[in-house]
Amino acid sequence: MAFVDDLGAALDKTPGGGIILTSLDAVMDWSRGKSLWMMPMGTACCAMELIAASFSRFDFDRHGSIPRPDPRHCDVMVVAGTITRKMAPAVKRLYDQMPDPKWVIAMGNCAVSGGIFYYDTYSVIRGVDEFLPVDVYIAGCPPRPESLQDAILRLREQVSTDSIAPGKSRALKSELPSSGSPRKGERDAAGGDVG
Amino acid sequence: MTEETIVNIGPSHPSTHGVCRIVVTLDGEVVVKAEPIIGHLHRGIEKMAENRTYLQVVPLTDRLDYVGSMYANWAYCRAVERLAGIRVPERAEYIRVIVCELQRIASHMMGIGSTGADTGAFTAFMYAFAQRDHVVELFEALCGSRLTYNYVRPGGVSMDLPDGWVEQVRSFVAQHPAAMMELDTLLFGNVIARARLKGVGVLPADTAVAWGTSGPTARGSGVNWDLRRDDPYSVYPRFDFEVPLGENGDCYDRARIRLWECVESCKIIDQALDQLEPGPVKAEGLPRLLAPRPGDAYDHIESARGSLGVYLVSDGSPRPYRMKVRSPAFCNLSVLPLLAEGHTLSDLVVIIGSLDPVFGEVDR
Repeated sequence: MAFVDDLGAALDKTPGGGIILTSLDAVMDWSRGKSLWMMPMGTACCAMELIAASFSRFDFDRHGSIPRPDPRHCDVMVVAGTITRKMAPAVKRLYDQMPDPKWVIAMGNCAVSGGIFYYDTYSVIRGVDEFLPVDVYIAGCPPRPESLQDAILRLREQVSTDSIAPGKSRALKSELPSSGSPRKGERDAAGGDVG
Repeated sequence: MTEETIVNIGPSHPSTHGVCRIVVTLDGEVVVKAEPIIGHLHRGIEKMAENRTYLQVVPLTDRLDYVGSMYANWAYCRAVERLAGIRVPERAEYIRVIVCELQRIASHMMGIGSTGADTGAFTAFMYAFAQRDHVVELFEALCGSRLTYNYVRPGGVSMDLPDGWVEQVRSFVAQHPAAMMELDTLLFGNVIARARLKGVGVLPADTAVAWGTSGPTARGSGVNWDLRRDDPYSVYPRFDFEVPLGENGDCYDRARIRLWECVESCKIIDQALDQLEPGPVKAEGLPRLLAPRPGDAYDHIESARGSLGVYLVSDGSPRPYRMKVRSPAFCNLSVLPLLAEGHTLSDLVVIIGSLDPVFGEVDR
């Protein structure tokens, strides 16, 4: 992000730079929002709907949302499925490998809160927001592909009001004091057994 | 012999078909040893079942094999019915057979399609998934859900067939065999796919039996074993169908007999729809809270992956004392180190795909 950082510093010195900054924001938001490449973090049942979403019937490619298996290509991580204590360190690591700006969609009840596996089990993380900053939550067990479509469009709205000015961006997650909420899950994720 | 390299595949890798980590020892590009590390999707379903009533366990079984939820529903319900001595009405048995054969098609479409994707024929995946989408829509009309059905319940099924559903199934079944022939030409007639699949990952018949594999994995090696015919359950003895068998036990045979099984499933569905009579779909006089007498019961069915069994122990309370799932995907995955040895890393991906594991069921 060195380019954007330098740009922000240069624009602050320009008299009346606000106008230029606003229009540059618009350009950046437009280009970011129209090609949200997905990192499909599909672990369980929701992954089937994630696959269905990118296939010919629902065809997410037309939204510019192409699933890429490499985290370094991706803008938005779609966490689809149950995240267990054993899996959480891998999810966190993949999230850290994604370049800024980045977003997270929690797809399905398991990723939102643990869902059906909230009670009586010892191995499931109760919601991916225990260790990742989630932007959009999708309820459902599993949600329909249309719900995922809605989430992508809502995320696009969110992206389209973002700013690239230093300290103002909501998408530059690595500038936050800590990724995600410092709750119990993070300790579990960091100290979990990778197997 | 060069210096050996250790490569980690997974737990997040598109070709592992889920969340499996495989530690591969490589000599150049040749696999010396492949060690699957499972448990990344261990959700403790068997333990959770001990804190749920018998009816509340059914939604948990949906999430075992999420590519074919109806099978785990049915296997669990059969175990409960055996434990509590429940007689299931005939119409419910027919409906169960119909939905499970449709589920076999949906599940095999995923298996064949991903074989296509693994061998570089992504178009075949699209064709297969279009067929799967039809089935999923039929299920949605039936019970309101696309993946986790919670449809088969102890004593029958949750509700009767909706209006016009039988006709929709008939029209699906009528077009499906032709679509399979097209897919056969498209995928298995393709020179590249044949070169990638033939002779790769050969599983001899005696090894297949010794390692407890079942379903298309064992039948691809020529093991003539299908619970629907060899340990008949439900109303399967009334249907006339073939059990497709492979000859060589390689990835090609394992993948291709799935395709023929879909055609056979169509035959079964057709016959079941012909024989379907009106009647109740749930056993009468069932208590809301089942509390079977102390004892244990095991029952198994032929799922899309093989023999899926559920073992239940009751201590007389309304909750199972213990539930154990005999998972075919777990047993089939156990032969992976044998099959992968001596093949290249790119063939390893094809071999995993041909075993068609579902990690919800492997890890439980």
